Order: sequence, then structure tokens, then C-alpha cells
Amino acid sequence: MDDREELIREFLIESHENLDHLDGDLVELEKDPQNRERLDSIFRTIHTIKGTCGFLGFSKLEAVSHTGENLLSRMRDLKVTLDAEITTALLAMVDAIRKMLASIEATGNEGDDDYSAVMADITRLNQGGAKAATAAPAATPGAAAPPAPSAADDSADERRPAVSDSSLRVDVGLLEKLMNLVGELVLARNQILQFTATQTDSGFIGATGRLNLVTSELQEGVMKTRMQPIGNIWSKFPRIVRDVATVCGKSVRIEMDGKETELDKTIIEAIKDPLTHIVRNSVDHGIEAPAVRAARGKTPEGCIHLRAFHEGGQINIEISDDGAGLDIAKVRSKAVQRGLITGDQAAAMSDTEISRLIFLPGFSTADAITNVSGRGVGMDVVKTNIEKIGGQVDIQSVLGEGTTLKIKIPLTLAIIPALMVAAGGDRYAIPQVSLLELVRLEGDQARDGIEWIQDAPFYRLRGNLLPLVYLSRELGVDRVGEDDIVNIVVLTADDRQFGLVVEEIHDTEEIVVKPLGQQIKGLSAFAGATIMGDGKVALILDVLGIAQRARVVQDVCDRTRSMSAQSRTEDAADAHALLLFKVAGAERMAMPLDLVARLEEFPQSSIERSGAQDVVQYRNEIMPLISLSQFFSDTAAPAADPRQVVVFAEAGRSVGLVVDRILDIVQEHVVVQRKSTRPGVIGSAVIQQRVTDLLDVHAVMRAADPAFFETAGAA
Amino acid sequence: MAAISARQYSTFYLGGLYLGVEVLKVQELIRSQEMTRVPLAPRVVHGLINLRGQIVTAIDLRCRFDMPERAAGERPMNVVVRTDEGAVSLLVDEIGDVIEVHDGQFERAPDTIKGRANDLVTGVYKMRDRLLLVLDVDRAVAVEKKP
Repeated sequence: MDDREELIREFLIESHENLDHLDGDLVELEKDPQNRERLDSIFRTIHTIKGTCGFLGFSKLEAVSHTGENLLSRMRDLKVTLDAEITTALLAMVDAIRKMLASIEATGNEGDDDYSAVMADITRLNQGGAKAATAAPAATPGAAAPPAPSAADDSADERRPAVSDSSLRVDVGLLEKLMNLVGELVLARNQILQFTATQTDSGFIGATGRLNLVTSELQEGVMKTRMQPIGNIWSKFPRIVRDVATVCGKSVRIEMDGKETELDKTIIEAIKDPLTHIVRNSVDHGIEAPAVRAARGKTPEGCIHLRAFHEGGQINIEISDDGAGLDIAKVRSKAVQRGLITGDQAAAMSDTEISRLIFLPGFSTADAITNVSGRGVGMDVVKTNIEKIGGQVDIQSVLGEGTTLKIKIPLTLAIIPALMVAAGGDRYAIPQVSLLELVRLEGDQARDGIEWIQDAPFYRLRGNLLPLVYLSRELGVDRVGEDDIVNIVVLTADDRQFGLVVEEIHDTEEIVVKPLGQQIKGLSAFAGATIMGDGKVALILDVLGIAQRARVVQDVCDRTRSMSAQSRTEDAADAHALLLFKVAGAERMAMPLDLVARLEEFPQSSIERSGAQDVVQYRNEIMPLISLSQFFSDTAAPAADPRQVVVFAEAGRSVGLVVDRILDIVQEHVVVQRKSTRPGVIGSAVIQQRVTDLLDVHAVMRAADPAFFETAGAA
Repeated sequence: MAAISARQYSTFYLGGLYLGVEVLKVQELIRSQEMTRVPLAPRVVHGLINLRGQIVTAIDLRCRFDMPERAAGERPMNVVVRTDEGAVSLLVDEIGDVIEVHDGQFERAPDTIKGRANDLVTGVYKMRDRLLLVLDVDRAVAVEKKP
């Protein structure tokens, strides 16, 4: 009895795997009915199921797969050619088999459902495509079938002997257990390493070094066993796309890149449903009906492109379609109509921000609710599910050209690198994925470097205002440590940067993430806890949670309200590269980078005078220097040495503009908000949330050196 | 017959109370542990302890019962109980014996019990020299969301 149960279990596992392939194979075969290899593979799968269930005594399952096998067998003999109708019938058969397998798994028998309709359908197709006389051999497969499949099985063995010999099935539970044990081992290793630091015995130190190495390799190895190619979930998509497309009366093909990209099993599980939802959505909402596509000059067949790749310790997944794209105007009006945002907010929001509204709960642009999608429960769930595993999702859409959803997720959740910090005398771990850089202010800098707007602290990081969050204050614990040192951990949450002020910064460490108990799970500030090298528990900070608590990032509506006065856009297409710099008369100025030839520094000693003009020898010519400070405020140039000079070149001649300090180069979409009457200034704009004057380069040069353009023009 | 209706309780002291938890629900009893506090958590959450690699939340029963806080020098004991949500540690003053009680000694908690004890105590066993209060573990570890 036990043996039989074991056999059934094996049979179920194997069949489920095979059926998943079968879906993909059938859809592929429909496109290319002459593909002999695929046909053979489909035939083999069905035959194996039929054979095994006959052996195990599942007669109904055997009968269904048998009719399918008959049809496939005639296709192999080229008596029937695959068409859409046959594909649909065969897919229905696959569903029927799946249903019975599920029933066997749950109850041990095939269930009482009647599949005669499916069988009749297949039999009809089988006969319809053939002459009446040849129906007879199909009815007596006992004689005809066995030799063919055994040959097929043999050839399968020859083709891929390595696969079955070199791999084995392992229970996932066992892997989970191994992973946990490795986690414990990593912790014990960390403890020993910490202890080793106080030891002098070279033999002991050598041994711990080896232990360290082996543990790391073991961790990596076990981690790999849990890795699965993303293709495992993608393999279901061709079938889903075909089904949804058929229901919607569309024609859609699916392309995949990076199928072999590997992810941790838990993450694969977590993104399966969101991805499926996105793909269904793309077919239903994104791709237009063939007639509409043709009218717009596109191919009647729509295309969904899946792409996965590793980048910076993260997995990127992109789902693009070449469909209608998001109708921003429609999204805007729907959002207002549903009361998600007010009309004023809607008017102030950029297109990118509007398109992100589709992630709000209760949002749907579909005019009619279909059984596929449009109920408005969807993209918000997709977003929450992806964020739950530490991922991010973003949308880009061009009306008429298509939509791309970009998902970024971490490789694994079990063991992550983290930066250890201290606040209020306790240690906390910050996941490294959110970490951008560390800034340490000492002495005067610590006192003066932090500026306040009412009770909100800021630090100027390379000229940009970085909002600061004091961790001890946010957590409501007393600050411990000296006041003349400020440690800022620059973090990114939800595409926004902020600085977390902590009292101490320790090392980065590999930490094992453990869940929090029910009593404190609800605290948004923490993502979990971990055990440190010394055996103590440390909490893992939830960077997004902290940012939201501190109101550094807020939910979409709030954020857009606060930004309504500004013109922020991430659209690189219409953004300009600007050089930001400082001059004495105006705090910050900007000029288009494409006018700039080079940035140079000249020591004070190299600057000579020619008449009333400062000049330097530059690339075998004499280059005049124009001091912007002098131009704007007529004060003497500051004594900065070396001088920072922006070099312009025109028609073989160069001119240098001396600035006080070069701040940054930014990509921004500039809207001149206030025209200027001041000579040399075009106007003012908000750049990096700060008012910045735009330099009129030509005016400055003309005023300072009228000859420049004339000679340049003459030359 | 008596054996069938007998139950074993793991007992402990808290303030002036003598409390018990069914012994099958108790995972282990351990002495005071190094504790990591959890900022922003409800007040009854005293911190997190490392129980052989497992992170366990410690609930301060004194706080749960609205009793005055422990004096600075006194170190609480941990009664680690199993719940549906995993192990939770209850911080108590002192640990007592495991005792056997009979159904005949049981009485439902009188309504006159005041304060928090009214919610947290399901019944009373009338022992020869004192009363053993049965702690409702699930309620004791259920923490209101707000601190």
C-alpha cells in the first residue's frame, strides 16, 4: 500500500511538471504546426501519463489521455494538421487531466466529474480530419500505440541522459530546514569571529579563518539550491496570454528574455501572482483589438515582452506591451471622478505622477468590467505584494505606443547584507539595498552644517537639500553620544532620498532576517529582527516605514500636493543637463552644460594680466578670464586658489568664466518661472527644489569682451 | 477517576498573585535574559530575547496586570509559552512549582475580581492554603495595537 502511495506521489509530481511544459508546447506548436520535435514531446508527455495511470488503475484519466493520444498520434502521421480548434480541444484535455490529478492529490481518486464532452470533442476532430475508414485503427490503439512510444522513450533517454542522472528531487521543506541551519551557522560563525579578534593563538585564528570561508561557501551553496529560474513561472504565461487574448478577441504573442535569471524560491512564489496579473492586464487593457491596431498602423498581432536581468544585487523584471498605452487624460479624469485626488491636484501633477495613480486602490480605467480584469482590484495589490518583499514597481507609458512596468526586487530575503548603526544605545540594522552613502560631520560642520526650516532639519548634500530624520527622536528613545559628531546615513525610499542621523555607525554584516512576533508586527518602523555576533537581538529598520513615519515620503496624493508649485519631472527625454555653480552675487546659478567645453582649475600664480584683462595660457593660446563675481556684484574675485574656471570654446577661440565653486551637474526639466531684468541673467527656475538663476552666457561674454564674438565670427 | 480530571499547572508569582498556566502550554522556564527593547512598541512589550536562535517577544505581565513596575534591581523570570503565533515569553516575579489540581477545586473567576485580572483570569483553583488563578495565555499575549 505504501509503495503504491509513493508511486502515485511520484506520478503526480512528474505529471504536474510535464503539464506545465505541455501548455507552452501546445501554444508554440499552434504557431508552427510542422515542428516535429514539439509534437513528439507533447505526444510523449500524454503517453507517459496514459501509461502510468493505466498501471495505477485510474481508468477515467487513462481514457481521457488516451483519446488525446490518438489525436496526437494521427498528427504525428501527418493525417491531421493542428489548427486553433484542435489546440483548444487539446488544452481542454490538459485542463481535464489537471483537474483529475488535483482530485487524486486531494482525495486519492479521480473524482466524479464527467469529461465525456472533452473526449467527444477530440474524437470528433480526430475523425473530422480523416477519412472514415482510418478511424478504426485509432479505436484499437492497444496494438498500434505501444511500439511508437517505446521508441520515443528510448530516443528521449539518448538525447538527455545527463539530466535524469545528475539531478534529483529534494523536498522543499528539507531545503528550508537547511537554510535555517545555515542561518544559525552564520550567526555562530559571526560570534566566533568576534571572539577571535581577542585571541592570539595562530592555530586557532587559522582554524576560524577556514571556518569562515567554508561557512560563506556553504551559505552560497545552500542559497543556490533555493534558486529557481524565473522561466518556471513564465512558462505558464503563453497559455494565459492565449486564453485571455481569445476571450478578448485579440491576437497576442509573448516574447521572453532572461528566462534563466534565477531568484530565491520564496521570491518566485511571491511575485507569481503579481506578474500573472500584470500580464493579464496587458493583454486585456494594453493591447488593442486587431482592427484598431491595423487602423493605427501596427501589426494586427500585439506583443508582450518579458525581460529579466540582474543589476546591482537586485533582479529587474520588465513587462512591456506595444498596446495603446495609458491615456493620461483619462486616468486624470477617472481619478478625479472617483475622488482619489482633487481637480487642482490633478492639474498640478506631472504625467509620470498621474500614471502612478493606477497603483492606488480602487482604480481602473477599463470602461466595462470584463471577467478578466477591470474590477479595480489589481495594480494596488500588485504594488503592495511587491513592496512586501522589499521590491519596487514603476510604470512608464507612451500613449499609442505601449506601457512598460518595471519591477525591482531583491535576490533573496533570508540573508541580507546590512549596515549596523546605533541610536539611543541600541543597535539597529539597515538593509544595504536602501543605502546610498555615509556622511560624517565633525566640529563646526556638525554645528553649522544642519539647517532648520521650522522644526524640519536639512543638510546640504552637494548643494541639494537632504531632509534629515533623527533616528533616536523617531523611535522615541534618548540620544546617547557626543553632540559634535553627526553621522548621516543617506537612504533612498520610494525614489526619494533622506538622511538618517544616528549616533554610531558600525560595520556592514550579513544578517539573517527573522520575523517579529505578533505583538510588534504592526510597527511599520521595523522589518524584522536578527541575532548579532554577540548573541543579542537587533531590530532591522524598515527604511520606507521610517520615512513614512517621519513624513519624509508620503503617499501619492500628499506628495503631489506639496509639489504642485514645482515642476519636477523624471522624464529624461525633455530634461537638460545643467551645470550648477556659485558666484558671490547670487547663491546658485546654472548654465546649459552643452555650451561648456571644459571645466578647468588654474592656480592663482598662473593668472597673468593683459591690459585690464586677466588671462591664462591655455593650450598654446591666451585665454581671457571673466570673473562672474565681478560681473554681477563688482566685488573683487575671491581668493580661492586654484580658481575654478568654466571654459567656453567658439570658432577656435576660448574664454574662461571664473566661478566661486562648481556645485553639481544635474538633469532637469527647466521651466523659467520669473523673467529677469538683470543683465546676464535669463531668469529664475526651481532646480533641485531651490531657486536658481539661469546665466545668460552670451550676454556675459558680450559685455565683458565685446571682441570675442566679432573676432570669432570673423575668423 | 481522579486521575482523569487532574491537571498539571506550572505556577508563578506576580505582585501578590499566585498564577498558573497549564503545563502543556509552557515551553520552558528560564532566568532573566539579555533584552533588546523595542521602541514604539506597546508598553507591555518589554523587549526581544534570543532563545537559542529564535527571537521571542517578552511581555511584561506586571504591566499587563496594571501593577507597579518592578524595582530596579529585581530581575524577572521568563515563562516561555506556546501560542498559535509562536513562542512568547511572560515576565514574572518568581517561579513556583508544578502542581496537580482537580476539577473539584475549580471555580469560575468571581465577577468581583477587579481591574485587568478580570479579563486575564479564567478561573480559580481553591488550594488548601491559597488560591491559584488560571491565566488566560491567549489574552495575556494579545496586545492592543496602540501603545
